[in-house]
Amino acid sequence: MTLSDTATESAAESPADDAPPPDPNAVSVTLNGTTIIARKGELVIAAAERHGEYIPRFCYHDRMNPVGMCRMCLVEVDSGRGPQITVSCMVTVAPDMKIDTESATVKRMQEGVLELLLANHPLDCPVCDKGGECPLQDQTLAYGPGESRFVEEKRHYEKPVPISDLVFLDRERCILCDRCTRFADEVAGDAMIQFTSRGNNTQIATFPNEPFSSYFSGNTVQICPVGALTAQPYRFKARPWDLEQTESTCTTCAVGCRTVVQSSRNELLRYQGVDSDPVNWGWLCDRGRFNFEAINSDSRLAEPLVRTADGLVPTSWNAALSAAATLITDALAAGGAERIGVLGGARGTNEDAFAWARLAHDVIGSPNVYAQLGDGLPAGVLGLNRATIDDVASATTIVLLAPDLKEELPVLYLRVRDAVQNKRSKVIEFTPKPGGLTGQAWRSFGYEPGTQVGTVQQALADPVIAAQLAKGTVAIVAGRANLAETTAATVQALQALLAALPDAKVLPAFRRGNVVGALQLGMRPRPGGLDSRSTLMAAADGKIECLILVGCDPLADFPDTDLARRALAGARRIVAVDTFLTESSKHAHVVLAAAAYGEKSGTTTNLEGRVTTVSQQVTPHGTSRPDWMIATALSKLLGSDLGFTSVGEVTSAAARTVATYAGITTEALAQSPDGIVAEVPAGIDPINAVSSAVGRNSYDFRLVASRKLYDQAVGTAMSPSLAHLAVAATAHVHPLDIERAGVHVGSDVKLSSPKGSIIIRVEADETVVRGTVWVPFNQAGANVGELIDCTAVVTDLRIENL
Amino acid sequence: MSESLTGTIMPHAPGFIAGDRPRIVTSRFEYEDSYTLERYLATDGYSGLRACLTRAAADVHNEVKTATVLGRGGAGFPAGVKWGLTPQGKFPRYLVVNGDESEPGTYKDRLLMERDPHQLIEGCLIACYAAGLSQCFLYIRGEMALAQERVATALNDAYAAGYVGTNILGSNFSVDIVLHWGAGAYVVGEETALIESLEGNRGMPRLKPPFFPAAIGLYGQPTIVNNVETLANLPWLLVNGAAAYTAIGTESSPGTRMVAVSGHVRRPGVYEIVNGTTTFRDLVYGNEFCGGIRNGNELKAFVPGGGSAPWFLPDQLDLPFEGKLVGAAGSMLGSGAIMVMDDTTDIPAAALTLTRFYAHESCGKCTPCREGGTWLERILSRIVAGNGTDADLDQLLEVGESICPGSFPHAASERLGLTAVPFPYKMTTICFVGPSAFAPIHSALTLFRDEFIAKIVKRTLIPVTAAPIAAASAAGGGQ
Repeated sequence: MTLSDTATESAAESPADDAPPPDPNAVSVTLNGTTIIARKGELVIAAAERHGEYIPRFCYHDRMNPVGMCRMCLVEVDSGRGPQITVSCMVTVAPDMKIDTESATVKRMQEGVLELLLANHPLDCPVCDKGGECPLQDQTLAYGPGESRFVEEKRHYEKPVPISDLVFLDRERCILCDRCTRFADEVAGDAMIQFTSRGNNTQIATFPNEPFSSYFSGNTVQICPVGALTAQPYRFKARPWDLEQTESTCTTCAVGCRTVVQSSRNELLRYQGVDSDPVNWGWLCDRGRFNFEAINSDSRLAEPLVRTADGLVPTSWNAALSAAATLITDALAAGGAERIGVLGGARGTNEDAFAWARLAHDVIGSPNVYAQLGDGLPAGVLGLNRATIDDVASATTIVLLAPDLKEELPVLYLRVRDAVQNKRSKVIEFTPKPGGLTGQAWRSFGYEPGTQVGTVQQALADPVIAAQLAKGTVAIVAGRANLAETTAATVQALQALLAALPDAKVLPAFRRGNVVGALQLGMRPRPGGLDSRSTLMAAADGKIECLILVGCDPLADFPDTDLARRALAGARRIVAVDTFLTESSKHAHVVLAAAAYGEKSGTTTNLEGRVTTVSQQVTPHGTSRPDWMIATALSKLLGSDLGFTSVGEVTSAAARTVATYAGITTEALAQSPDGIVAEVPAGIDPINAVSSAVGRNSYDFRLVASRKLYDQAVGTAMSPSLAHLAVAATAHVHPLDIERAGVHVGSDVKLSSPKGSIIIRVEADETVVRGTVWVPFNQAGANVGELIDCTAVVTDLRIENL
Repeated sequence: MSESLTGTIMPHAPGFIAGDRPRIVTSRFEYEDSYTLERYLATDGYSGLRACLTRAAADVHNEVKTATVLGRGGAGFPAGVKWGLTPQGKFPRYLVVNGDESEPGTYKDRLLMERDPHQLIEGCLIACYAAGLSQCFLYIRGEMALAQERVATALNDAYAAGYVGTNILGSNFSVDIVLHWGAGAYVVGEETALIESLEGNRGMPRLKPPFFPAAIGLYGQPTIVNNVETLANLPWLLVNGAAAYTAIGTESSPGTRMVAVSGHVRRPGVYEIVNGTTTFRDLVYGNEFCGGIRNGNELKAFVPGGGSAPWFLPDQLDLPFEGKLVGAAGSMLGSGAIMVMDDTTDIPAAALTLTRFYAHESCGKCTPCREGGTWLERILSRIVAGNGTDADLDQLLEVGESICPGSFPHAASERLGLTAVPFPYKMTTICFVGPSAFAPIHSALTLFRDEFIAKIVKRTLIPVTAAPIAAASAAGGGQ
């Protein structure tokens, strides 16, 4: 019998008319003469707001520690010693406290603070981006004195100054509320902006020659209560009252942050984070915040293309769809459904994935369907006891067997960092390349690729670690940390962890936007079908009659570049559905122009399995169409109409036919803006692997390849504000290994693997594990994919001078 | 330590004048080598610590509580009570010594550190023993080079002689003292800002509550912050006992206190006076103290407790150094700094000097202080420069009310028919820097408004001529 059972029984035994026991967390206080029930430990400002009494504020932000800096939220609080002036953002409720937010004194103080804040404020509202949505404007209107008596000359600073590639600072507008600096320090862990000088000359500044190059800098613009911080992509683009907006979910990565998508004149102009308690707490990463520029790009595919003697030429949808249908029919005739492969689907909505899964499996009949592109873990990981983000961020111990979350799933990094900073969780990290969370980790084990099983077992045998793991809940974040090895060793290490920690929950650190949704909705092989690697190998061997790429670019994303190249050359027919003409879709015989994010509605599934809505805000570029619509049109031409006439019908069909999505309907989602967590799919695929990695030859180095936040992905490369943030590929080697290899920092060297060789510059990097070489994947310059053999357990390298 | 014991008695230390009065903290000031360990040991040094180590910590704590040693930093809170405010069972807990003496007019702690550093170190040890504190941090103001040098040397000598460190004097009492130099910010004299600075952060005050140092102080641990002079009292107290201590002064203000007098007196300096009974008149006019106003001038006003205290007039000269009485009279004893202004003083200019200091020293955290302080300074500068207007005078008070809502304390004046508004004031800021920028203006303007009026621009109305318009046009030359 569990504790809760006991409680229920004893409650049942007691007389029914008994008053419920007093809530130990309830605190009764008086707010402006009315008794309210606040929560124990709740700040006065929050309790008042919950009870409909908004106390004006600038510095207070409920996701950061209060500082009591702006003094706008001053109230009078009587705790038995008469009314005392205090800031409501730092005082917690106490029994029988009397709070007055409307007294004459409070009113006088609010007027005083606003007059003083405006004294040096430039009042350049007509040309300020914040004008119209500015807390300083709004609160001046509501609580201000109505006139200014400040006749002295105002403070002057150069305006604005860039503090990073993305953010501009106007110190004249700044009211020194400490929000941006607190965010940078407390939340992002990038304390690169600080106060300097003091008194009336206090200002925000970066350190000399150290820009505020945080992955999260855009959040400071969003939380700035004035127009002091502005973001390059939005500056002077619109007035807030001209913006139209809709709530949506970011699908840049699989965290699924809730956003507001804003547009004007049918052009996407800004994304703002929405505070979704289980997911992003209002934060966004800069990549997700600013990559709408790519959607507005002129390079987008505006119409479908078909290959003629002159190459790919624009055509009508009817012509393109029938050309695609013909290619598929021909392929079926030539080799049957087994010789057709469908790759992709992870970048669209659930509806896109569901319609394409239906088309591939049920209409075409191909078992060779996969949403992952050789850069994740087996889909079976989804079938494990799934953790939510909250489970991870509240676990006693978080085990990271994952890529650098800061680079791949940035807002999940913020949540884990918060858990560590607020002493809820301890992190045990296993990584081939120490990264963003290494400094936060209680224990960090840098391993050489292939040795993760041993590293994990050794750690589990440590009594101190075992004691920590036994202390409470454990959440494992599992993902692909290295693209230059097979998944076997990581899967085996995960199995070792689960064997030792049977109650641990697992959060799959799958990266691509809707990869979890696509896999759960059917974009995975049917029994006997091929996964992406096998499909590409079959294509390279000339055994694929038609390769269908649904928003999928193997040349850029598949770790083994050589195989991707051979596959695209070997596939007899290629149909691509894409938003841009990528290196891969250039090989296609038919390219179908797809609508992008913000141009289509539907739902998406994040790595927890949380299903949330994705909303259309602008019309699709050119004649492009959502993927689900393309799948439906093709199904009709292939003689078996899927019959979807609206996205809602696809959502309903998925809710009806896919067990884990039962009940996740448009109506249900409208009731829960934070989304609905789809149940863990039962026995999706068993995960089973035994690594056959062998020891490294001491002359060799072992390759680690992983992604940075900014790479050559279209969303980044086609966003002018972000594109230049991607770094060129360099080989990162431990300084001592550089000496051992006899090469020189900054010089070009030759890296050779059994698969191939590249010329690349060497960089010294103390975070790299000894004996390994780390190269960022999918960056400009040398392509590390040339070194990777996707069938090799690990990739060993030689470093040679040219 | 190269200097040998000279035994020379200096007539008086610079800025210090002895007299035939009880001397608790300045007893060694007249020795040329007062700061050496040798002199300290030769004059009963560290016997308070020895006495303390033979007793239970609670017993020592009780002795201090019984003696009612008032905090000498400004607030005047009894040290023994303060020590008892730390939560039970939470360790480590720290002693932070506030040696960032920077209140305008105050220079008593500097002398205590320069001339008797061992007395301070011994005081720290006694406090740590009595209050069960794990470690001591001694924060000395950045500008006090000699004090830093003397305390550092003394601490090294004390460590070498086994008075500080592990198993002090063979007992199982161990405590380390860490020295830290400030970087020159007035606000760091505020205890929570000092803790921030000590932690390596920007010196900005924290809000109390929740950041009462005794509960959440240095590194989030319980922390006692004591003033230098407060701790310097402890060795004498432990040797002579609480009864001897309370026999000096009054019941509510026992012992002695150091006061620093500056301004228009014949003999400015630091004096150790008997607490509670000595009056301002004794201090300013007494022959054993300041000896009256310079050049035989008249006293115009004086600041009784450091630059941030509201001013007193000659009407208040007979008040004794007794916190409650001074508070009721509309000011505070603060840090024991008396600034005397004679009848030659330009009152608005004097107020501007003080306001400018506080405006400049604002840390920039609270809006009213950051913006209001500078605004006050600019209005007052204009007035002092002769460019002010009538409206500016009310504006000064209006801006001040945004920092201190409600009535602001001031002294009574028979001449003006004013009754006193007692201390304290209400404030919209975290710490006292903001109100301090307003206090001199409020006092000056309340007590000497005529001097401000004399400075503001006089606009003379041009009388309307009686001449008819036509005549005026004709006179204009027939355009």
